[in-house]
Amino acid sequence: MATVESSPRPGFRSRRTDVGSFPIVVGLLVAGAAFLLVGCLRSATFAQLTVQGLALGAVYGSLALALVLVYRATRVINFAQGELAMATTYLAWQLIQWGLSYWEAFFATLAIAFVLGALLEVVLIRPVLHRSAIAAVIVTVGLFILIDGIVNWLWGGGFKALPPPFGTTIYHVGGVAIARLYLGMIAVVLVSVALVWLLFRFTKLGLGMRAAALRPAEAALVGVRVDRMLAIGWGLATVLGAVAGLMAAPSQYLLDPTLMQPILVYAFAAAVLGGLESPTGAVVGGLIIGVTLTLIVQYVPAITSELQLPFAFAVLIVVLLIKPSGLFGRREVRRV
Amino acid sequence: MTALLELEDVEARYGPVHVLHGISLAVEEGSVVTVLGPNGAGKTTTLRAISGTVRRSGRIAFAGQPLDRLGPDAVARLGIAHVPEGRGTFSELTVWENLKLGAYSRRGSIDTELERVFTYFPWLSERRRQVAGTLSGGEQQMLALARAFVLRPRLLLLDEPSLGLAPVLVAELFRIVRELNEDEGLTVLVVEQNAHLALQAAQAGYVLEAGRVVLAGTSDELQADDAVRRSYLGY
Repeated sequence: MATVESSPRPGFRSRRTDVGSFPIVVGLLVAGAAFLLVGCLRSATFAQLTVQGLALGAVYGSLALALVLVYRATRVINFAQGELAMATTYLAWQLIQWGLSYWEAFFATLAIAFVLGALLEVVLIRPVLHRSAIAAVIVTVGLFILIDGIVNWLWGGGFKALPPPFGTTIYHVGGVAIARLYLGMIAVVLVSVALVWLLFRFTKLGLGMRAAALRPAEAALVGVRVDRMLAIGWGLATVLGAVAGLMAAPSQYLLDPTLMQPILVYAFAAAVLGGLESPTGAVVGGLIIGVTLTLIVQYVPAITSELQLPFAFAVLIVVLLIKPSGLFGRREVRRV
Repeated sequence: MTALLELEDVEARYGPVHVLHGISLAVEEGSVVTVLGPNGAGKTTTLRAISGTVRRSGRIAFAGQPLDRLGPDAVARLGIAHVPEGRGTFSELTVWENLKLGAYSRRGSIDTELERVFTYFPWLSERRRQVAGTLSGGEQQMLALARAFVLRPRLLLLDEPSLGLAPVLVAELFRIVRELNEDEGLTVLVVEQNAHLALQAAQAGYVLEAGRVVLAGTSDELQADDAVRRSYLGY
């Protein structure tokens, strides 16, 4: 039987991926976590703000992950991702008005969001994507305006309120007041992210989706239905956005059509910070942005809450200037 | 007996550029057939026309079924594995994931296929967790072949398998192809620069020039042909 032995130079071959700055990034993250832990132990206010920051950060991370999924699959930055999340949150509100409980509406909305996202990809994005990614990006900007208009037309005028999904209980742990809402937000986002990760990592569908995103032409050659995978990717991203919207609305107690606009900026900053290609980076980036913004407003007098948005922009620009691949972005290594 | 793969008057173009001007060829089940020709003759495009990765017209039939309206994913699901020029491995994914993708259009367990592939390429088994992009060029070419075998294709389309490979590896590779053909009856259509090797492995061949078939015959006939000897075999 013919066999092909790999040639020598094992040390050279066994090198896996470009590790590069990875140890530094992990070191920084561990240092940051240690800083937060010490702060939480020393100050109850600090601890409360950290939990709040993590909860908001989970929302940013969820929307950032939606952006990353779409970007990886179609090389399109979906500017309408936030508005889609807002629209699906209104949909949930409407379902609750029609008599569903919060959680019935939650899951019904996720299902609708999936179909809506996939449909948008098929109807609006796919026809222009063949020409250029930029054309598709412009379509998403149009979609932003369109969704905004539709929501204002259907549900506009005045604030709406979503019922609190986790009640209004506040836990007291060693003098630190922690809202059940925040814990719930963190849990829901982490579970959704984990489910998406499991799908990509361990299922055949997930493998097909990754292949279609990485190399569409080669994926088709092994029998992957690339178009279908991209539509599913948009559907999943819209679901993650809906999760972000449904968790963001109760934390702000109000629902209005501008709900997701600042959050979209934070999500952009999170996605870029994490590396636009990295799902892990998006979630970690979201948590970092959430905690940093919450703490910085409290402890740095010069930065007031009005400066949160510009601060997020500054993060975005600084990351793009000094490390465009972000914390977890991998420079592509290919041996030829 | 009709051939497993039949092309009749197949034309293909990239935008306004006509590359194939009516190619006709046939590949019998269980045979190895090679396509020779100079650069730009349309060899790669012929394979791409079969797998549906280029816009084509004319009649293409696989086991009696017309292919000319099918996209590449549908062609793959019929059991045609296309190993494109430049390997086409998913360099960001692991060896293991690459192999699993090879069998993407199969249902059920692929353990038997993987076992079989590992008997041909034992080193792949040890490297299954390695990211494919960190393999050497030769290893990536082997992985691309292995990935095609996992599908248990009825027809294997091989595009320039020797490109950029050390001669030892090229010989090895062709030996495996021939062995799969003899042991398992795998049908192969191979495009190759190295006419000498290709004609040794193949039973029949076609010579393409400027998008047309200019010569067809058994390997022996082609090896004996003066023009082929001068242009492609170098003696």
